[in-house]
Amino acid sequence: MDCPPAIPPHDPRRTRDDRRFDTKTLPMIDVENLIKEFGPKRAVNGVSFTVRRGEILGFLGPNGAGKSTTMRMITGFFPPTSGRVRIGDHDISEDPIAAKKLIGYLPESAPCYSDMTVSGFLRFTAEMRGMRGAQIDEAVAKVAGLCFLEGVLHQSVDTLSKGYRHRTCFAQSILHDPEVLVLDEPTDGLDPNQKHEVRQIIKRMGQTKAIIFSTHILEEVEACCSRAIIIDRGTVVANGTPAELKARADAAGSVHLRVRGVSGDTLKGRLGSLPVAGRVQIQDNGDGSLSARVFPRDKSTRADLALSIAQAATQAGWSFDELHTDEGRLDDVFRAITLPDSVKARD
Amino acid sequence: MNESLRNIWTILKRELSGYFASPVAYVFIVIFLLLNGFFTFMLGGFFELGEASLSRPFFNWHPWLYLFLVPAAGMRLWAEERRVGTLELLLTMPITAAQAIIGKFLACWAFLALALALTFPVVGTVYYLGHPDGGAIFAGYLGSLLLAGAYLAVTVATSAMTRNQVISFILSVVICFFLILAGWEPVTSLLVRWAPAGLVDLVTGFSVMPHFASFQRGVVDFRDLLFFASVIVFSLFGTSVILRGLRGA
Repeated sequence: MDCPPAIPPHDPRRTRDDRRFDTKTLPMIDVENLIKEFGPKRAVNGVSFTVRRGEILGFLGPNGAGKSTTMRMITGFFPPTSGRVRIGDHDISEDPIAAKKLIGYLPESAPCYSDMTVSGFLRFTAEMRGMRGAQIDEAVAKVAGLCFLEGVLHQSVDTLSKGYRHRTCFAQSILHDPEVLVLDEPTDGLDPNQKHEVRQIIKRMGQTKAIIFSTHILEEVEACCSRAIIIDRGTVVANGTPAELKARADAAGSVHLRVRGVSGDTLKGRLGSLPVAGRVQIQDNGDGSLSARVFPRDKSTRADLALSIAQAATQAGWSFDELHTDEGRLDDVFRAITLPDSVKARD
Repeated sequence: MNESLRNIWTILKRELSGYFASPVAYVFIVIFLLLNGFFTFMLGGFFELGEASLSRPFFNWHPWLYLFLVPAAGMRLWAEERRVGTLELLLTMPITAAQAIIGKFLACWAFLALALALTFPVVGTVYYLGHPDGGAIFAGYLGSLLLAGAYLAVTVATSAMTRNQVISFILSVVICFFLILAGWEPVTSLLVRWAPAGLVDLVTGFSVMPHFASFQRGVVDFRDLLFFASVIVFSLFGTSVILRGLRGA
């Protein structure tokens, strides 16, 4: 036998068992072919991905795409119809208690026990997480500081504003310093300052933990995620770093040039004749300036495009005040991937 | 094992403090005591009976009193968790659903036991006026507590069925009402007229009434204990099935 006897030959882990003992590359969240059916409706249809320690995974998708359902299966709230979730070394269906101990979870609506005080609620969670005595005081004081809850610790949860309630539930999820953090729309309903704070906490924790969070805010993904997944109608339709995803946008790699005192035809003719250029779009800005968007002829000419255009503009003596290469926008990629074809046609 | 007891204890504490954090607990206890006093002394004719016993004037009313008060105390246990969404929080913590169910059940049962214990002046009264049988009073209290536990277990199950507390309340009142009627004399005497004896026994076997009646007489019978224990276990097990169904298993 060339494989360790601990893993049976038919086990899917077998192909990766060399990695299992390396804590750096061990996937903390390992989701494999997850399927969830509610009656005849299939909410999640074969989702697979992994999140390693030190990774922050952004989970994107339109409403009803199956984000929350997937997260509920990862955290063990919903048992999957089929498929497998492993948290660290524990299967969530076979060893739920050990797996759940590693997870901190912020559900979508950030629910809290409204008949308790903030401190009572946090102490209860700490106790449920197995902490005792001084440990509880310490953990509660720490998260209260992190989430700016000191002022409301002794206030009843149902007297709190939405932002505070949200942060109370967030505090609950990081209270036991979990290895795995699952956050369903962690910045929903917060004001810009609070959003910034929560993102900072996520980023800081993301250095040593495996984090997955869902959001509708695409800048958030660019700001904190090391990788993003777009899910649509229950399946993963894109998986990559934010930069990789942006590169999939139509406009990605095109060069934008804004000039004054040049006619549209001259501009189009000159730019179009560049050997590296492909399609050229001209737009009148209405203030005496024109904008040109030049697409590369093909992928290989992308790198030289901006320089060639700058040289051409200088040679022709055009006065231009803007020249940049478009990285593509996540919004565009998101729309292109997740809009149903009928809606795209209408646009 | 130790850990699961600790989890149950943590949940029990939270639920119990939840009762006393709002006026609900105090309102409930006051109403419970007032109704008990009213039934015992006004309708029960405690003084007119001239007996040094609690069986008829006091315990007789408990199946009817609990019919409304126990569902009222227990209806929120799971319905509220479902409505607010804390169910998701609770069941993704490192505990089993069984621990959560038992913790909640015991918390509410302890609360009902407290309310029942506060009826002690009635015991004092009967001791002051005569020489009652202490054993019978103890058996009556034990039976009353078990009766409340059985109703409560039913309420826990109906509470898990819905996110609406009112629906949970009505459902459990209906089920508990059946548990009374199936063995309530006016109903059984109707049944006896046309149904075979075996059927009558089967139907009354489901009822809390004959089992509670023996406690009331001062008899603690193993079969009656078993009956109440099985109603409780069955209902709590049913609750775990309902909760699993909710999560789409």
